[in-house]
Amino acid sequence: MKNFWKSGDPYVWLTGGALMTSLLMVGGLLLLIGAKGLGFFWPEDIAQMRLKDGTVLLGRITGKEKIPSIVGDSEDRTRVHLKIGNRDLYGLDFKWVDEDRIEKIEFPLGAVVLERREWGDMYAFIEDIERDGVSLPGEEEGLWEALGGLIREARGIYSRIREIETEEIGRINYRIERKELKIKALKLKGKGGEEWGEGRVARLEAEIEGERALYLEKEKELEALYRKLNENDVVMKTADGRSKTVPVGGIVRAYRPNAMGVLLKLGLYGSKLKEFLLDSPRESNTEGGVFPAIFGTVFMVLIMSVAVMPFGVLAAVYLAEYARPGPFVQIVRICINNLAGVPSIVFGIFGVGFFIYGIGGTIDSFFYPEALPTPTYGTGGILWASLTLALLTLPVVIVATEEGLSAVPTAVKHGSYALGATKSETLRRVMIPTAMPGILTGLILAIARATGEVAPLMITGVVKLAPTLPIDANFPYVHLDRKFMHLGFHIYDVGFQSPNVEAAKSMVYATTLLLIAIVLVLTIFAVVIRSRLRKKYSFGEL
Amino acid sequence: MADEEEEMHEEKLAASGKDEVFPDLPEQVQLVRVDEPVVEAERLSLYYGEKQALFDVSIKVPKNKITAFIGPSGCGKSTLLRCFNRLNDLIDGVRVEGTVVVSGIDIYNSNIDITELRKRVGIVFQKSNPFPKSVYENVVYGPRIAGVRSKPVLNGIAERSLRQAALWDEVKDRLGESALMLSGGQQQRLCIARAIAVEPDVLLMDEPCSALDPIATAKIEELMRELKENYTIVIVTHNMQQAGRVADYTAFMYLGRVIEFNVTESLFVTPANKHTEAYVTGRFG
Repeated sequence: MKNFWKSGDPYVWLTGGALMTSLLMVGGLLLLIGAKGLGFFWPEDIAQMRLKDGTVLLGRITGKEKIPSIVGDSEDRTRVHLKIGNRDLYGLDFKWVDEDRIEKIEFPLGAVVLERREWGDMYAFIEDIERDGVSLPGEEEGLWEALGGLIREARGIYSRIREIETEEIGRINYRIERKELKIKALKLKGKGGEEWGEGRVARLEAEIEGERALYLEKEKELEALYRKLNENDVVMKTADGRSKTVPVGGIVRAYRPNAMGVLLKLGLYGSKLKEFLLDSPRESNTEGGVFPAIFGTVFMVLIMSVAVMPFGVLAAVYLAEYARPGPFVQIVRICINNLAGVPSIVFGIFGVGFFIYGIGGTIDSFFYPEALPTPTYGTGGILWASLTLALLTLPVVIVATEEGLSAVPTAVKHGSYALGATKSETLRRVMIPTAMPGILTGLILAIARATGEVAPLMITGVVKLAPTLPIDANFPYVHLDRKFMHLGFHIYDVGFQSPNVEAAKSMVYATTLLLIAIVLVLTIFAVVIRSRLRKKYSFGEL
Repeated sequence: MADEEEEMHEEKLAASGKDEVFPDLPEQVQLVRVDEPVVEAERLSLYYGEKQALFDVSIKVPKNKITAFIGPSGCGKSTLLRCFNRLNDLIDGVRVEGTVVVSGIDIYNSNIDITELRKRVGIVFQKSNPFPKSVYENVVYGPRIAGVRSKPVLNGIAERSLRQAALWDEVKDRLGESALMLSGGQQQRLCIARAIAVEPDVLLMDEPCSALDPIATAKIEELMRELKENYTIVIVTHNMQQAGRVADYTAFMYLGRVIEFNVTESLFVTPANKHTEAYVTGRFG
């Protein structure tokens, strides 16, 4: 026993065990999120349950658990969690079914899943298709084929409608808004007694009239499209025999999972994944995609990086190279280190007070007085959120840069001085390039922290649903004053603030997985750059 | 790091003032007449804070010759060398008294442009210290700092300097590669090429071979003999054989003083001072 302790083996086991435990926990977390997040898109089979009391249920089995037993009840009873969908009919998406009440479970080939723009999924059988109120002849198979064609057609119309609504009408509205602001600005100027160009106002007003006419035209086009979209209905029969008419225009996709092979399912999986990544959310974020949130997250991190890098590096250069070492510099250094430990919400509140009300309010009163009292920059927006995060991550960058600079060998520094270089030339040409890997390490840490941060964003410009992206086709193309969506906030919102938490659960897992993936991609990007620089600037034996 | 340790050591020794081996303080003698000095130190004293490292050093360095400073560790030879391009200024708390004249200019005059001085007086360090840049960028670093922009001119400087440093044939095909890929001896010759790229009047070498193997050392010594056609070279060395092989003149330093300065052969064969004799015959050091 004594030898065992002396041999040093216990320490190997202790340290190795600690490492293993940590790895297992992290691995387990990633595995859970990965499995649940990726499973979300898999079209699972639809079960039809006949219960002993004669009721028939149709839905997707999502889980099984032991019924919490009552005292003395020794028998193990289980219940099944069933997603029955049809929220418009049943009010609830999910149902628990005790297993001993089930008489039979079948997987009927004809069971159809309808993903709808409203009311969530529908699980039912196809009964009839109505064209302008007239039934289409045909059996189930024929109807199913016809439905596919109709849905494709409706999707074309729908995407055209979206295009008109968001892009074309959005553009017209944007132009009208700007012209109205211009008129307001001209009138404001006029109050000062200056010549305010009534001619220009009249011209602008005429232009606005023109835009309005254009708007009405688009609206008429929209009306026609909507009529066309809603001319077909499909009548569905639920498992309990109820009929429900569903407009084809409201269907995103329809499929019969029980009749699909693995390849077809894989195809559907891909199409659902694509929708998740590239589409906008619907049904108060619980369905559809998360593209605006991805875009907002990445764009915000980019602005933050652009803002934090120069400030952090310059501050670190001053601290490391110019400041006279002494107690004061030491205190400053300690303060910076501690700044990294300040709760992020504190930074958020500072952002609101300083950036939004302070700087934003000032910008508004000088540059956008015509829009007041509606604030332009004096309210949360992607710029302020990014700057708040830049402030939050500044200590990380400063510390890393300082370490990088101090790791540059003195001999190299003196070599530069010996060639007649001044301090600033030495810094610019030798020190900073050599310290670049260290600086990028700081950036990597900053990105990792900023991407996952939610609390300060909630009060500096993140919203549940942003109608427009911060970059679009309207001049000046980049709108840093706009509110934006963010994956971290999206997770919180969908998971804890949505009316239908149970239905959104898988969505939360998928979004979490995506957020982790984005952190990973951004980090890998920076790591690749760093390793390239390392190769170039490594010192070998020095 | 090694430099700093040595400096500390020098400080201590110098601070102890009187030495134990020779109770009588040695006289400083310059036995050779130098008519055309490029560097001329006059009653030069240097203090690290309170501690004195150089005591009233006076020495004249002859033009287009190799002058070696020898002496035991901590005798102040590196410190003296670094006075010639004011590199000691980079150390906090250094104070200098006396004058150093380089090419007729008093370099401790406050009006002097120190970066200009360092272009005129180049230095090669004990450990090779190439910048983490390409071979080419290392060589043209000085000219670039001096404001040379033209690509052909820079190319010309690079080739000339690398040829003078006897490195051209070895690196001409990989000028774009990192200088850190070169071997130790090549790196040291690159540092020499880098130093002569700005065409200095004086080239200081602070134990340039102490980290190299004998073959690389021989190459550098050969190079020094070639370079003295165009440059005045001052070399600090621990290695007496090296001083005997390459130097035209040699100064023996001890406890922050130049004890004896003479033509190399005379200094080694007929030392005038008993300390010098003791050192060159290997009785201490």
